[in-house]
Amino acid sequence: MTHKSSTPGRGLIAFIKDVITWNLSGGLAYQFFLCILAAFMMLGIYAYLVQFKIGLGVTNMSNIVSWGLYISNFTFFVGVAAAAVMLILPAYIFKDKDLHKVVIIGEGVAVGALVMCLLFIIADLGGPLNAWHLIPGIGILNWPSSLLAWDIIVINGYLALNLLVPFYIIYCHYNNRAPNENKYRPFIFLSIFWAFAIHMITAFLYEGLPARPFWNNPLMGPRFLASAFAAGPALISVVLIIIDTATTFKINSKIFNKLRLIIVVSAIINLIMLFSEVFKEFYFTTHHSLSAVYLFFGLDGYDALVPWIWTAISMNILGTVILAFNPGKNKPFVLLPACVLLFTGIWIEKGMGLIIPGLVPSPLGEIVDYAPSWVEVSITLGILAFGIFVVTFLIKPAIIIEQRFEEDRRLH
Amino acid sequence: MDIRKNNENKNQKESSPNQTTDKKKKFGRRDFLKGAAKAAALGSVAMASGCGTALLPSKEERELRWKEYFKKNYRLMTVSEKEETVRRLERLAKIKKDVSIQMSSKAAIPGVLYGYAFNVTRCEGFMECVAACVKENNLDRKSKTQYIRIFEMEPGEMAPAAGNGKYFHEVPVEGHFYMGAQCFHCENPPCVKACPTKATWKEPDGIVVVDYNWCIGCRYCMAACPYYGRRFNWHDPEVPAKEMTKKQHYLGNRMRARGQMEKCTFCVQRTREGRLPACVEACPTGARVFGNLLDPKSEIRFVLKNKKVFRLKEELTTDPKFWYFID
Repeated sequence: MTHKSSTPGRGLIAFIKDVITWNLSGGLAYQFFLCILAAFMMLGIYAYLVQFKIGLGVTNMSNIVSWGLYISNFTFFVGVAAAAVMLILPAYIFKDKDLHKVVIIGEGVAVGALVMCLLFIIADLGGPLNAWHLIPGIGILNWPSSLLAWDIIVINGYLALNLLVPFYIIYCHYNNRAPNENKYRPFIFLSIFWAFAIHMITAFLYEGLPARPFWNNPLMGPRFLASAFAAGPALISVVLIIIDTATTFKINSKIFNKLRLIIVVSAIINLIMLFSEVFKEFYFTTHHSLSAVYLFFGLDGYDALVPWIWTAISMNILGTVILAFNPGKNKPFVLLPACVLLFTGIWIEKGMGLIIPGLVPSPLGEIVDYAPSWVEVSITLGILAFGIFVVTFLIKPAIIIEQRFEEDRRLH
Repeated sequence: MDIRKNNENKNQKESSPNQTTDKKKKFGRRDFLKGAAKAAALGSVAMASGCGTALLPSKEERELRWKEYFKKNYRLMTVSEKEETVRRLERLAKIKKDVSIQMSSKAAIPGVLYGYAFNVTRCEGFMECVAACVKENNLDRKSKTQYIRIFEMEPGEMAPAAGNGKYFHEVPVEGHFYMGAQCFHCENPPCVKACPTKATWKEPDGIVVVDYNWCIGCRYCMAACPYYGRRFNWHDPEVPAKEMTKKQHYLGNRMRARGQMEKCTFCVQRTREGRLPACVEACPTGARVFGNLLDPKSEIRFVLKNKKVFRLKEELTTDPKFWYFID
């Protein structure tokens, strides 16, 4: 199946050179975009240096709200990473031609999300220099007892899978070869299983704590999946709309329709489960419902999260309704805001809306409000900018290689 | 890391002349001479290490820190390795803060399982226990860390969550009673299960401890604890050298650093020497009972046998070794 190439003599060094050149070259708008990302990354690095020097005391976390913005974002982006499976499954297993065209973009988004997850964890560590204590052999990984140990394994494994398979395919295409499906197919199967695992295990991290009734809820895992499979494809749709308008790589509207259906089904299941949780907490309110009361209505005058959660739920419902009825017939000007609404809604609800109330009130009944400090916000913005940078850096050359490969095939 | 080292060294350099002048004012001539000799010694060390490198830690300190950074989890250390790390930490305390501490690595005594009982009728909320604990365990004065919390309770409730944990008035208040809470040293501790690096564990005598140096500061144990038994060092803890308890234990009251988890250890540095925890000793009403659960003649066994006792959140099957009872 090898084709004679019009540009022979490619290889790993040429590949790396080309990838870097392609990534750095672009129009004025693209250069401006890179500068903005760089500015946010610098801000993040500066804030992290402050945190590193003084300690986590520069955040607004406390012994009661001991996890904040970092862990909230970590939780959410694990979901975004897992959602790539919603493209991988139909593209490779059901041989869906349309989704196969964009699966590489989904995988790029997953890698970006995973890099962010790992950075959020490192930002949250009190002793980042001791992180080597986690490495089996030189350190101790408390596996299988600690769910955090499980999470470290699955997240790094999923990152490896999502780098390995796309790199192999892209590299073959770069060298104008058809990739050998037998070689990568087992890894595809593994990554599908693994995608569910990363998100279920992240849910178990919280679900497995009887100390926190708000989290100790068997619906957590399934609900994590449903919200992830809504928010992830919503983000991928946004990325595809940007690619469609900014590059010569055109996205068929059939793809948008398929993604829209995935999002709508997942978002509806997510809302049903949310409703079920709310019913359980409020039909017969117990001591175990105090976190939910704090989240939705405030408790003893503390109500920092109340406006956020209602905004999130409104965005969730509005986004789902727009995507379900599809008034714009998959046109970007309706699809884009609807996806952004849904994505942001789930971000708030599954981020801060999930983590903070789990810790409030404390096991001894104490209530404090939490809002991130400037250091936390800056580090978070820096990590988000780095994630967007990684996604761009992976997707831009991938698109060029894919287009060139298609072109070559048509010519021969 | 380097920035911190430099700062500490700078502080030391700045504080040493002040110290000598202070001593001159407060104490007699002999003390002044002692101080001056010390300053001279410090000065000569600084000279020897060269003007350019004076801000960097000495070679000895660097070596000690290097060995400390790469040491194993305490539980995996041999007896001699435990001894070595304890000596290194003593030496570092001397170099960095000029405090002479004696650190122990004494293991659990066989045939001992510690248990604690709290007499709800007797406690009057004086918080002598809290003060004694802060002093004994070298708790951070800046953030006012305390392992023990006392709750002022209205009649009709029996869970600290329903009480007031922040009272600032004369006690006891008529018609109220008081309940203390601290780490309950569960037999089935959720924190130990949660820790991703095995930096926290249950010792053979039943005390749940933390290897502060092995902790990576992820705070998962804190989320897992149903009793709010753990405290995190958000900043570098501060304890004035004069107030520091010098008799320390590796797993107990030695100084922690920022980014590390800590907790009540039933005063391991005292109890393994056969003494009572500081809170028990300090309590003016005798509301606190501590002892060996395996000793049928101990006071704790007497309480468990003859009083009506209860524990908090028993439905979680954490099996705390901390009982409440009513006279």
